[in-house]
Amino acid sequence: MSTATAGALDSAAVEQGVSRRPSFWSRALHSATFMAGFILTFTIVALVLLAPVIGRYSPVSQDLLHPLASPGGAHWLGTDELGRDIWSRLLYGGRTDLQVGVLAVLFPFGFGVVIGTVCGYVGGVLDLVVMRIVDVVLAFPFYVLIIALVFVVGVGTHGIYIAFALTDWVIYARTTRSGTIVARNLDWVAAAEGGGLSRARVLWRHILPNTVTQAIVYAMSDIVLVILAVVTLGYLGLGIQPPAPDWGAMISDGQTFIQTNQWLAAIPGLAVVLTGTGLSLLGDGLADVLRPG
Amino acid sequence: MARRILFSVPVVLGVVVVTFLLLRLIPGNPAETLLGLHASPAAIASLRHQLGLDQPVWRQFWHYFDGVAHGNLGRSIYYQVPTSSLIASRIGLTGALVLVATFFSIVITVPLASLAAMRQDRLSDHAVRMFSLMGLGMPSFWFGIILILLFSVDLHWFPVGGYGSTLWQHLDSLVLPGLCAAIGIVPVLIRSLRVGMLEVLGADYVATARAKGLRPSRVTFAHVARNALIPTVTLLGINIAYLIGGTVVIERVFSLNGLGELMLNAIGYRDFPVVQGVTLVYALGVIVVILLTDLVTARLDPRIRLK
Repeated sequence: MSTATAGALDSAAVEQGVSRRPSFWSRALHSATFMAGFILTFTIVALVLLAPVIGRYSPVSQDLLHPLASPGGAHWLGTDELGRDIWSRLLYGGRTDLQVGVLAVLFPFGFGVVIGTVCGYVGGVLDLVVMRIVDVVLAFPFYVLIIALVFVVGVGTHGIYIAFALTDWVIYARTTRSGTIVARNLDWVAAAEGGGLSRARVLWRHILPNTVTQAIVYAMSDIVLVILAVVTLGYLGLGIQPPAPDWGAMISDGQTFIQTNQWLAAIPGLAVVLTGTGLSLLGDGLADVLRPG
Repeated sequence: MARRILFSVPVVLGVVVVTFLLLRLIPGNPAETLLGLHASPAAIASLRHQLGLDQPVWRQFWHYFDGVAHGNLGRSIYYQVPTSSLIASRIGLTGALVLVATFFSIVITVPLASLAAMRQDRLSDHAVRMFSLMGLGMPSFWFGIILILLFSVDLHWFPVGGYGSTLWQHLDSLVLPGLCAAIGIVPVLIRSLRVGMLEVLGADYVATARAKGLRPSRVTFAHVARNALIPTVTLLGINIAYLIGGTVVIERVFSLNGLGELMLNAIGYRDFPVVQGVTLVYALGVIVVILLTDLVTARLDPRIRLK
């Protein structure tokens, strides 16, 4: 078929009201939630990435002559009890927290989606065993298990990665598994199987692209959850270790001066809230945009 | 119900296995790691023996399992008393905190979710949705600090921390922590319940109720709210583990001497048996609470009860 005829057919289809599904970005541009989340997240990511350029001070260099300076003047957001610049610590702290948050989600996402898809498609003993493991992991309160794991494998970034790799895949596995079970019984999957395609091909080319969408949407709220956990571990002294800046440790340090210098604890907390709001909006928007139909 | 209890047996066994494996996850020689660099070889050997590390793995596991079955969770390295007695003296506070937090979760979620669902796409709906979106990304410990600043330091309504000694003081000191723990799951609850209520509002029997001329308030309470109650309890069951986990940090913020504080202190002292025991008790607590919510849903929903 020549391109001209294909084009003619296309416009004929449009005239008959069978419009093509608009592209991802044209749908995204029409979703206010997605755009708000995208702009907020993009701004925060750009700011923390530009930390060396716009930070003005080193996040760890102390100025003991000017501790607890008020916001304004030489230090935009003031200084902490050791005279370290808050603006700079905020940017570098966000850089670490965001980076750890995103990296910590990668393995659980990949592993969870693969194991969930295979379990949903193959079923049997493997499915039974994996789902019982999921039940057991979910029986533990999230923070209790993460704190216990970070304690046994060692505090800091390394411990955070291991703790999330061991626990965080379960929700991805469970969601993807139910998505796969639904997809497995759909007509076009039966058609693909009936057409003689191998199971592996059906799985990876026909089922996975459909179930992975849900997992991507969940990953957005999961990143929020993981960043919160990283910040919480930092607050408890089990997360990113000083002198590296981290929003949780900044709040914990600021709590000491809560009666006199409220902004010390308030500013990093607001940064967490803004980041969480941006990512949640992005996740909600993504769910709207990717929803079929 | 007996079937539900039976189903949780493998989960309980799994939880015991996982807490047993915690010790094996400590890199290197656990006894050496726990005691630190300056420990004498004799002390390390003694701790190795106390933790049972000088025995084959299967025997270690049997010993641990047998202990757990008899309520023996090992001996605290730091306090030199049985872990179970430490847990027994703290569990009441944490239980009370979870109860207060659950109460606040329901009291905040139900009205806000109903408001948003009744006025879908209007100003109040957007306000509630924005509130829950921002709540999703809010660290509960930070919210706790703000609450202390506002209601304890400035307004003197509640104590800054601690648990007091009378029942009234206990309740008084659990208000802010409970609120704080509730806020950890309220955004998720509101979002799910709002969607659930929108579904109920679109159901045929609600249209019928309206069509036969019932007052809107009667439709809301007798038809919509009653049916939305079941998903609320189910949702609570799903999220209760997260709420309970959140209390660990909140106990630290409000200086409450509960299980969470016991766990965090034990981590500070590298007191492994206590960390292990508390982790196990938390998970068993979650399993019991989920069983209870199942029981409540079965009472509320005849469709489940009759099955």
